[in-house]
Amino acid sequence: MELTTVWFILIAVLWCGYFLLEGFDFGVGMLLPVLGRDDRERRLLINTIGPVWDGNEVWLLVAGGATFAAFPEWYATLFSGFYLPLLLILVALILRGLAFEYRGKSDSPQWKRYWDWAIIGGSIVPAVLWGVAFGNIVRGVPISAEHEYVGGFFNLLNPYALVGGLTTTSLFLLHGAVFLALKTDGEIRARAGAVAVRVAVPAVVLAAGFLLWTQLTHSDVWGWVLSGAAAAALIAGVLAARARREGWAFICTGATIVLAVAALFVTLFPDVMPTTLAGGDSLTTTNAASTPYTLKVMTWVAVCFTPIVLAYQAWTYWVFRRRLRVEHIPAGGH
Amino acid sequence: MDKLDLARWQFAITTVYHFIFVPITIGLSALVAGLQTAWVRTGKEQYLRATKFWGKLFLINFAMGVVTGIVQEFQFGMNWSAYSRFVGDIFGAPLAIEGLLAFFLESTFLGLWIFGWDRLPKRVHLATIWIASIGTMLSAYFILAANSWMQHPVGYTMNAARGRAELTDITAVLTNSTALVTFPHTIAACFLTAGALLLAVSAWHLRRRNQIEVFRPGLKLGAWVVLISGVAVLITGDLQARVMTEQQPMKMAAAEALYDTSKPASFSIFTIGSLDGRDEVYSVRIPSLLSFMATADPQGEVEGINDLQQEYAAKYGSGDYVPYVPVTYWSFRLMIGFGVLTMAIAALALWSTRKGRLPGGRWLWIAAVSTVAMPLLANSFGWIFTEVGRQPWTVFGMFKTADSVSPSVATSQAAFSVVLLTLLYGGLAVIELMLMLRYARAGAPENVVPGEEDDAADDSDRPLAFAY
Repeated sequence: MELTTVWFILIAVLWCGYFLLEGFDFGVGMLLPVLGRDDRERRLLINTIGPVWDGNEVWLLVAGGATFAAFPEWYATLFSGFYLPLLLILVALILRGLAFEYRGKSDSPQWKRYWDWAIIGGSIVPAVLWGVAFGNIVRGVPISAEHEYVGGFFNLLNPYALVGGLTTTSLFLLHGAVFLALKTDGEIRARAGAVAVRVAVPAVVLAAGFLLWTQLTHSDVWGWVLSGAAAAALIAGVLAARARREGWAFICTGATIVLAVAALFVTLFPDVMPTTLAGGDSLTTTNAASTPYTLKVMTWVAVCFTPIVLAYQAWTYWVFRRRLRVEHIPAGGH
Repeated sequence: MDKLDLARWQFAITTVYHFIFVPITIGLSALVAGLQTAWVRTGKEQYLRATKFWGKLFLINFAMGVVTGIVQEFQFGMNWSAYSRFVGDIFGAPLAIEGLLAFFLESTFLGLWIFGWDRLPKRVHLATIWIASIGTMLSAYFILAANSWMQHPVGYTMNAARGRAELTDITAVLTNSTALVTFPHTIAACFLTAGALLLAVSAWHLRRRNQIEVFRPGLKLGAWVVLISGVAVLITGDLQARVMTEQQPMKMAAAEALYDTSKPASFSIFTIGSLDGRDEVYSVRIPSLLSFMATADPQGEVEGINDLQQEYAAKYGSGDYVPYVPVTYWSFRLMIGFGVLTMAIAALALWSTRKGRLPGGRWLWIAAVSTVAMPLLANSFGWIFTEVGRQPWTVFGMFKTADSVSPSVATSQAAFSVVLLTLLYGGLAVIELMLMLRYARAGAPENVVPGEEDDAADDSDRPLAFAY
């Protein structure tokens, strides 16, 4: 296999990992006002992701860094082209990250309310905008022969990409609700399970619609296969959630996200950013790539260190495997 | 203001801001790990109290470092896409490696440390803070290797057809002589910064005679860390000056505002005259010092700006190759000045606490408390000097800053971005400062010894040792 293909796959894996992991973080953040009826309950929700959210977010930073290293043209065109949405995502992630750390640092209800909004908004904005961004990447945007994005901001707000944004949001909501049902106990667990069942309907409709739309316009064999598998996993997840089989439900919603992201990447290949401009030039795994030498170096680094990262991240989840109840949340500030 | 200026302001603002938190994170993580080690080894309660107290300040600061770091990872692509295309083949690699090796390590193991007090065996828990601390230093190494390549490109070839630099030797990039001197200089400065924080906060409490059992050792530890790391900063800075003179002589000339090649060259402590040092009315000078800094020989020749400008114009084509001298001249002095001042105050504080003393002198305490800001200023001026001194280049001798900016980004977008981030960062600075002050003033926790270890039977009912 060509190293450019290997790196295309690796970057797809990084995005799969990012959405799989931060997907439920975003879901928990968005569900904060729905499931947390008082301060202690909201703290319980936040603490389910407390030890892991930062490690989950690093998947994004590594995806960005790996794109810079392996496909510099892609990195340059994407981030300069999708300038405003990316800026909003960055602001959202800044506020959200600080909110986790700073929310409990004062007992003032107003202070907590502000940070709650930072968590809620900081979860919704990236959940929507990442879907919009990936919708646009797959759909294609106006890219000139010099590989510059020439589309402006409102070009990104097309119906297909907006459906993509709603799809990621609903999937993350479902994934987050299922995660909470798995990680909590008591009343919150029951409430989270009920919410999961309720958000399942829009999630199924949107995800099926978006994947179908993608495959009808692009029609890629593996795209069809993976989209079908994602749909099957999603339905299995919904059934498991209804049956309150929380572990299975979480595995299935996780698989849905991974398979759906994989379907998008497979559909994209061998382009990385197709152009919609007649005289333009699509970015591909070949013309956007670094040199074979750089890719070789990076492959060695990835092969040696990724297993270690996976091992200790998995260990973290094992250490904090205990279900949390309201009684576990110590009273008072810290 | 045009797009280039806006992009430069954004990079300057976000990077200087980010680097307020980074040195505290790097230095303080190791000091907290050291204190926790002392507790695990001796079992003395005051070490645990110190660990928890400084650990809290460390985490408040760390959060800001993390979130402002996200912007750093992406703004190369956002505002500097032409630069990203030109250097991505080389510059992207250390960035990606930094993420994979360092960011994962820091974030995952700090999560374990913060929430793991009751979940992990004592020694494993201690290991998590050390691993996180090592992660912060690894991170520093890779990002400094990337920056060093911009100061002194090595291990590459130019691909004219694709208009970009391409990597030929990763070992050369990772063992760049510039990186090898910059790394110890930066890490030593990080320890100096953290030491000053310990010194200042401890001094504040000692003046009020609060928790002497925690803050007297804190003061002494901080002062010793400042002094030892300060010596290391001076030595490595001296080495770095020589490497810099060899690789970027214009930067050294601009550091002294030395227009005419001199042998020997003196170093001015300060100058009164025009801002760029061209017309001097009065100055205090140390003879031969610049020659010594630049060449290790008090009689050595130091090239001046005028000769270098002619040389560069002949080599790179006509143009202005002189950085903005008022900034290089003064940032160089302020960097050294604030560093040395911090060391002097640390020495004074240490002297005043000799043989069990605890003086009440108001001025000493005021000086000691104010040391907290000095290394932060020194760090910022150091970076401002090294980056402004490289201008007009982003990659020295290869690629100019004016050519680096994103062609596809509208000026209005760049303006919106810099305004938004500046306002956001300004607001967050107030919040961060408020929290740091509140938790610094609160002092060390009194009851830190956990109750007798319960058996596993009711483990599932025990509240979390730490919760957000």
